[in-house]
Amino acid sequence: MKSLKEIHKIREEKRNELDLRVNTKADTREKHILVCHGTGCTSSKSPEILKRFREILEEKGIENVRVIQTGCFGLCAKGPIVIIRPEDTFYAMVTPEDCEEIIETHIINGDRVERLLCKDIDGKIVSKLDDLNFYKKQKRIALKNCGIINPEDIDEYIAFDGYLALEKVLSDMKPEEVIETVRNSGLRGRGGAGFPTGKKWELTRASEGKQKYVVCNADEGDPGAFMDRSILEGDPHSVLEAMAIAAYAIGADKGYIYVRAEYPIAVERLKLAINQAREYGILGKNIFGKNFNFDIEIRLGAGAFVCGEETALLESIEGRRGQPRVKPPYPATAGLWGKPTLINNVETYANIAQIILKGADWYSSIGTKNSKGTKVFALGGNVNNIGLVEVPMGTTLREIVYDIGGGIPNGREFKAAQTGGPSGGCIPKEHLDTPIDYESLKQIGSMMGSGGLIIMDDTKCMVCLAKFYLEFTVSESCGKCTPCRIGTKRMLEILTRLCNGEGEEFDIYRLEKLASNIQKASICGLGQSAPNPVISTLKYFREEFRQHAIQKECKTLECKAMAKITIDEEKCKGCGLCQKNCPVNAIDGEGRDKRIINQEKCIKCGTCITSCPFHAIGN
Amino acid sequence: MQEQDDFLNKLCDIYKPEKDNLIQMLNEIQEHYGYIPQEAQEILSEFLSIPMAEIYGVVTFYSRFTLKPKGKYSISVCLGTACFVKGSQKIMDRLTERLCIKPGETTKDGKFSIDQTRCVGACGLAPVFTVNGEVYGKATVKKLDEVLDKLMKE
Repeated sequence: MKSLKEIHKIREEKRNELDLRVNTKADTREKHILVCHGTGCTSSKSPEILKRFREILEEKGIENVRVIQTGCFGLCAKGPIVIIRPEDTFYAMVTPEDCEEIIETHIINGDRVERLLCKDIDGKIVSKLDDLNFYKKQKRIALKNCGIINPEDIDEYIAFDGYLALEKVLSDMKPEEVIETVRNSGLRGRGGAGFPTGKKWELTRASEGKQKYVVCNADEGDPGAFMDRSILEGDPHSVLEAMAIAAYAIGADKGYIYVRAEYPIAVERLKLAINQAREYGILGKNIFGKNFNFDIEIRLGAGAFVCGEETALLESIEGRRGQPRVKPPYPATAGLWGKPTLINNVETYANIAQIILKGADWYSSIGTKNSKGTKVFALGGNVNNIGLVEVPMGTTLREIVYDIGGGIPNGREFKAAQTGGPSGGCIPKEHLDTPIDYESLKQIGSMMGSGGLIIMDDTKCMVCLAKFYLEFTVSESCGKCTPCRIGTKRMLEILTRLCNGEGEEFDIYRLEKLASNIQKASICGLGQSAPNPVISTLKYFREEFRQHAIQKECKTLECKAMAKITIDEEKCKGCGLCQKNCPVNAIDGEGRDKRIINQEKCIKCGTCITSCPFHAIGN
Repeated sequence: MQEQDDFLNKLCDIYKPEKDNLIQMLNEIQEHYGYIPQEAQEILSEFLSIPMAEIYGVVTFYSRFTLKPKGKYSISVCLGTACFVKGSQKIMDRLTERLCIKPGETTKDGKFSIDQTRCVGACGLAPVFTVNGEVYGKATVKKLDEVLDKLMKE
């Protein structure tokens, strides 16, 4: 247990100690070596790097240098990432073998290790994090602490105004005032649907019942999305604090975090954070000496996409199959065990403390008319800077792909971007300048979704993409209602036919008919949105569907059954590079002969196409 | 099995006999044994007062739970969108071709099993596959072959 006074003291002392993390001009002889411990960097051995740094420092007897693990810096493509503060030097793709050189050159001699500095997309060598194009257009609110604090140390969270919002709420604000602040901020649910958060809180508060619950939806199942995971890994206390604030506002004393078991690092850090908060008396009885009790339990998901749907999630917390309930009643009136329940997504919670501290006006000044604040996107696919980005609402897709993402690799063309995962849609080239907000995305047939943003270049087949998403929905459909269970399966069969060159023109009509029926007749959001990837690809790439159905042709190499790779005799110089690189020895010819592809052996992998220096191979 | 009983008894000591603990307990069992043995389901059924049929329903609903033991080397290929776009299907095709089993199956000698996962969260390293949880990023067919060759020799 810590008294408010003690927490204030921790905040003040720690803040001074950690000033060098955020202030490049900090007057100190200390240095902090920050090593990213997000999932991406951990997968490429960042814990070993951390260990190695500590060993070397001890061997050499160097003091005044601390090595700290942090959450995700965002630029996962350049991981493992090491940053040295206060000078803010950014080292990319560090290996454990590089540690010695970094200590010798940087820490002892005060130089920079030039070869480990990051090369920006324009070829410039960048030594500071903030100078990277990747960060210039970003604004970090939800990710404010990610990459700055050690997520496993509650004191570091407290140092950067952590739990100050909770203190403010408990001391100076009535529950109604809290709700009004959240409502006026214009914050909307970041899980996908975009329901106004303040409204949700108000409804749950207004519901009758003595027992109420606060739930955090951390079941991020959208393939290719890792926003929530990064927040939980990099700043778990921000979620706990917001849940406590929400509990005070709606009158709950118990909270649950439903998190994927596939996120072991996030689960560990959450457990640790909850224990630390309990030790400090920030969770438990009479928090900050006030008449307010609140505690949080973790519930692990077990791999079911549909559990991201709020009522399915509630079923799963109660220990059953995660099948959605028919709405209404909504969870605000009858949720967990039939009691009024507030469910928000991780990223939604991550905004709350900032809104309370800086005010609704500050938050609503960011973003567009109907979509306020920022949105975190997990940028992936065929784009140079793969990683986590947080941008103000209203930023255009072009800015995200080209300015932040650094454009498409290998000099290819942008073809489409997919937002909203299996529930969303694709955005073609002609809509690159659409501002990203809830309404604009809906207008062009996509949706905000939870924040997965997958970029595809011109080697991708859109019929295959639609098929990929339908495969996902079919395997994740819970089976409760017929339109989703059987309808999506029929759609997948049609798409498979098209990709195998066995389709017919009428299949396109069948797809549209099925899509519209499934949208109208499914009981939950998963089913209603399952046809979206098909509808939107059909809307923008109809010609491609027709080529598959009628001409039995796929311009990319993805539909293997229809692909035929040939070598242009006129362009072939007989260098034999394609032959050397072919994994299945399917290319015939000797010496300076023109090469010929043996179609029987060819597996259409496309290796020869990329290896030909004369661009003589194509399909 | 004595050891099995010990683990399950301990589990029943930690958790209260409340129905909503079912999935949490199953998660621990899956972690411990690598699958959900029939005996474990029977013990849970008695402990939590839930019919066997309902427990079976829950076990088969969630993809993390399996009824058969995994291989000594459990290989998962990520088929999340980011990995898919970067060609993880090729990795999966090669894997099933070499081990002659399908995703969800275990080789006869119990050495290998294959799974497909949706996003392990290492999208920056796409495409990825994992062997017993260890992540192999920026995977190619060649890299997979090297890993397989090494494991097969062991």
